[in-house]
Amino acid sequence: MRRFLSLGLLCLLLLGITVTAQAQTDSTADTTDDPAALELLEALDASSYPAKSAAIVAILQSDDKRARDWLQSLLDGRLQRADDGRFVVVLDNSGREWPVADALTGDPLGEMSRRDLDRIGINNALRNQLRSAIAVVDLYSPDVERRRTSATRLLGEVDDELAEPLSELIAEEEDAQVQRRLTQALAIYQVENGQLEGVETLRGSLHPRVRVALSRAANGDDPIIADAANEALVSIEQNLKINRGLETLYFGLSLGSVLVLAAIGLAITFGVMGVINMAHGELMMLGAYTTWAMQQLLPGQPGLALLLSIPAGFMVAALAGIAIERGVIQFLKGRPLETLLATFGISLILQQLVRTGISPLNRTVITPEWMSGSLVVNDALSLTLNRMYVLGFALVVFASLMLIMRRTRLGLEVRAVTQNRAMARSMGIRATRVDIMTFALGSGVAGLAGVALSQLTNVGPNLGQNYIIDSFMVVVFGGVGNLWGTLVAGLSLGVINQVLEPWAGAVLAKIIVLVFIILFIQKRPRGLFPQKGRAAEG
Amino acid sequence: MSLTTESSTNFWLTRPFSERSTQIFLGVLLAALALVTILHVAVPPDNPLHVGAYTVNLFGKYLSYALLAVAVDLVWGYLGILSLGHGAFFAIGGYAMGMYLMRQIGERGTYGHPVLPDFMVFLNWDSLPWYWLGFDMAWFAFAMVLIAPGLLALVFGFLAFRSRVTGVYLSIITQALTFALMLAFFRNEMGFGGNNGLTDFRELLGYNLRSNDTRLGLFLATGVALGLGYILCRAIVTSKLGRVSIATRDAEARTRFLGYRVERFQLFVFVVSAMLAGLAGALYVPQVGIINPSEFSPIFSIEIVLWVALGGRATLYGAVIGAILVNYAKTVFTGVMPDAWLFALGAMFVLVTVFLPKGVAGLFRHLKRKQRATSTLADKPNNTPEEVSA
Amino acid sequence: MSFLQSLSQRDRVFDFMAPQASPVDVRHGPILYLEDVTVSFDGFKAINNLNLTIDDGELRCIIGPNGAGKTTMMGIITGKTRPNSGSVWFGSRHNLLQMNEPEIASLGIGRKFQKPTVFEALSVFENLELAMAADKRIFPTLTARMTGEIKDRIDEVLETIGLAALRHQLAGILSHGQKQWLEIGMLLMQRPRLLLVDEPVAGMTEQEMERTAELLTGLAGKQSVVVVEHDMGFVRSIARQVTVLHQGSVLAEGTMDQVASDPKVVEVYLGADDEEAA
Repeated sequence: MRRFLSLGLLCLLLLGITVTAQAQTDSTADTTDDPAALELLEALDASSYPAKSAAIVAILQSDDKRARDWLQSLLDGRLQRADDGRFVVVLDNSGREWPVADALTGDPLGEMSRRDLDRIGINNALRNQLRSAIAVVDLYSPDVERRRTSATRLLGEVDDELAEPLSELIAEEEDAQVQRRLTQALAIYQVENGQLEGVETLRGSLHPRVRVALSRAANGDDPIIADAANEALVSIEQNLKINRGLETLYFGLSLGSVLVLAAIGLAITFGVMGVINMAHGELMMLGAYTTWAMQQLLPGQPGLALLLSIPAGFMVAALAGIAIERGVIQFLKGRPLETLLATFGISLILQQLVRTGISPLNRTVITPEWMSGSLVVNDALSLTLNRMYVLGFALVVFASLMLIMRRTRLGLEVRAVTQNRAMARSMGIRATRVDIMTFALGSGVAGLAGVALSQLTNVGPNLGQNYIIDSFMVVVFGGVGNLWGTLVAGLSLGVINQVLEPWAGAVLAKIIVLVFIILFIQKRPRGLFPQKGRAAEG
Repeated sequence: MSLTTESSTNFWLTRPFSERSTQIFLGVLLAALALVTILHVAVPPDNPLHVGAYTVNLFGKYLSYALLAVAVDLVWGYLGILSLGHGAFFAIGGYAMGMYLMRQIGERGTYGHPVLPDFMVFLNWDSLPWYWLGFDMAWFAFAMVLIAPGLLALVFGFLAFRSRVTGVYLSIITQALTFALMLAFFRNEMGFGGNNGLTDFRELLGYNLRSNDTRLGLFLATGVALGLGYILCRAIVTSKLGRVSIATRDAEARTRFLGYRVERFQLFVFVVSAMLAGLAGALYVPQVGIINPSEFSPIFSIEIVLWVALGGRATLYGAVIGAILVNYAKTVFTGVMPDAWLFALGAMFVLVTVFLPKGVAGLFRHLKRKQRATSTLADKPNNTPEEVSA
Repeated sequence: MSFLQSLSQRDRVFDFMAPQASPVDVRHGPILYLEDVTVSFDGFKAINNLNLTIDDGELRCIIGPNGAGKTTMMGIITGKTRPNSGSVWFGSRHNLLQMNEPEIASLGIGRKFQKPTVFEALSVFENLELAMAADKRIFPTLTARMTGEIKDRIDEVLETIGLAALRHQLAGILSHGQKQWLEIGMLLMQRPRLLLVDEPVAGMTEQEMERTAELLTGLAGKQSVVVVEHDMGFVRSIARQVTVLHQGSVLAEGTMDQVASDPKVVEVYLGADDEEAA
């Protein structure tokens, strides 16, 4: 296979860049009557696979600018032959009637029945050959992304005939990433041919194919190369370990940020008012459903809808929170265990409302384009963008809450009421109003958590339930009434969970964390950051 | 209550029999058991008064729930510990019974393995895990029904009470406990049948579980267990230990300064309660024919607390009333309009806590006192009620 | 090690269960020593190098402005608060810092809280029954029976605190003053060697106060009594020996007159005259 590839590459190189340049200028030329091209395609429709393979090489060697499209559609199984002998490219094979285009001219030919078409078959070996061939063609593409993909494709696929032209190509390449990849591809070739310098070049790379090449060399006959390769492998392994650690940390922080978002509203209502709000999870659910509803209202603009859901989710959850506070909690002052039961009842009602009012099934919330994809740090580490946004969002929410508590009149009043309700009241603070505002704030934050969660998990009636116990654990672990405690506890529990997961499995990791917290509470009943002094003595 | 304190010269376990409320409770319970038995056995099936086997079974289930509620009321009502994890003790008792019933299936399972239960054969296990040993013997399994939940409560309670974890914190970690156990029991590797739990039981002590007579027997056994459990709890709460519990509930620090090792009293009552819950679970399982990890779900545990709250906390008989009322309502609702059940349950939680903090039992007492107060005042207009009772 | 210790301590407690024979060794004089005790909350020193000695059978009043550390001191003696440094001895045999609250209580130290805490859901009679010196382990408590002897003892205390007529009332409906007495009654049921009484007359009427003064002075001699009080008039009416605390340490000690004329005391305790006047 490699032979075909290099042959093709060689030809292209011999023809030089002029070929591609020429091909581009020719793109509008009339090709209806094009016996040469037709011949190339006819060859593809051979009965034996070796003949097809030769035909692919022929296409590569031709200077035809349509070569890449042909090869690509052949690879995708879309290059087909109609009953009348014409070659066509199927544009969409989802329905019964397929829209097709002429393979030679590119002109649309309307729809054809699938029964009138014959696919040009390929096998796995041909598929590989095609991919490499396309990679070679792509190395000359003006599109940087294509060049990058094809350069990566060439790792470990270089042989004698390819090696020399490749170094010229490296020199001419303008994009640093393509250049690095091609250098690595060349280095793998060098290692395979006993050149020590190749090992040096490969030392820093994390790509799996590089590792394959090096470990092959490490088991090879040449002791010098083997030693060097071994050494390089060790450093690569170490590097990989660090990267895996970073990845775990990232996932842990991401999970932790979700926990912080879920728990911080709870920390406010629990810490300030002593209210155990079991409906907190359902307030998060409301936030998530607000995002869904927003996207329904603004079809086609998921990003804008998501941004608008941030204030909307906050408001919806905050209003629901006020309703809960006025409707139930105000009658249960000083009876924390009763608020627990009553709000649990509310959570059941809210869940069932969503089940009967909307649907018991999960709703799809679209992730806007700017949030999807991932940030590639290196070959072994890429960070998904949506998680990064949620992490950032959690920190922003935390910082804003900190500001509200520390710098605003409301925060001052809240702190006063927390420490001594009677005294605060006698100083003219309207404790009832503070209660309402606090509960609204805590609930609103739950709504924000829901908006964020809609980007990470399924939005369904059970969304809240899955987080409520975890959130309580975070609050209790961090120490009630301490926002910093909640932050530290949430992030560390997230990381602990992710660290445990690889060797314990997800469920067992969760059990271990729960047991750990149960034991931790025995040791420090007031959490990581307990309130100190006289107030705590009582 | 104070009068019995001073006259409590008799043996602690027989003390409840001299109480009016216990006499009434036991009378009603015995009458109900007798009535159901007569209506089931003596009345012909075509008579509208006939109680079918299905209904007997259903009542048996209610009674096991009632025993569970009594156990929860013992710790919540008299000790002030709101356990949101009593479902765990119930489920463990149930699993102990389920393991015995599984071993009784023997070669009659789908795979016909003489020792291994079907699910283990399915998982390609070649021998029983060590903790399944002995469960083929009834006495061992029945002992485990009490010992296993008791032991869990002992360890958990020892750690929690020793470090004075109380109130809301305790509630939250009991909830975490049952949640962790639920996750654990869902795992196939635990060896308790994973998701599906234990089921397809055939016989108990040689009696076919599908026969109507066995069902009646289980119903009566559950009724007797409820009666005995009630008497035990009543004996505890009317003893000096019960008064120490109430003292702990209302002023823990004060009790400690009187020289009581509060954490040991809490531990004792907690373990007794867990064992009763385990017993309830063991009686429940053969009647419903299955035990699976959903019994560990935190929601079920909170629901138990609702039964107690609805019936009336710290009365014990209130717990029984609450458990039967709520579960009867559940049966009716899920039959007629299943979607509305969660609304009804949620509304019950809210209404009971806000409007009926003393539950149905409190409502009874309130009405009775009102009645008595008006009649006393009518008889002796010069006396205030306090003076009368003093 | 600490397990062994707790075992041995539990053994030691057993022989105190017989209420009359308190093992406290007072042959060397004082029943309570506090030596160089320091407690800090978050850097704030609530108690600062406090030294205090109470003799057997003494009635001692402790006064001091708000925040002088009076309540914290009570907490240290009863095992609720652990000092950062210093030593606390009960008689010459028992190091209180190595014991927990129930152990200290069964040793014969009773405490009345600042805020009266009685068991409101239990009757007056039951409150006293629970307080009574008895075997307070679980099974003896479970199987405990009411004997004539116990009843007599409770009746006796009911008479002393003047609540005999209210014996079957729930403690929750008692007046504030009655709760204070009930709490003192509960202490008496414990037959303590040392009574710690925190603000016994707060919120009492004039007559109630007089009765309380009688009650406390009547106890002294048989028991050692430490009274923490704000009300100067009350202190003057009962005190033989007064200790003034200020900022967590002893400022002055002596009879009420000696203390009241001490210029240091007058300086920090300017409010004293006002309170007395009021």
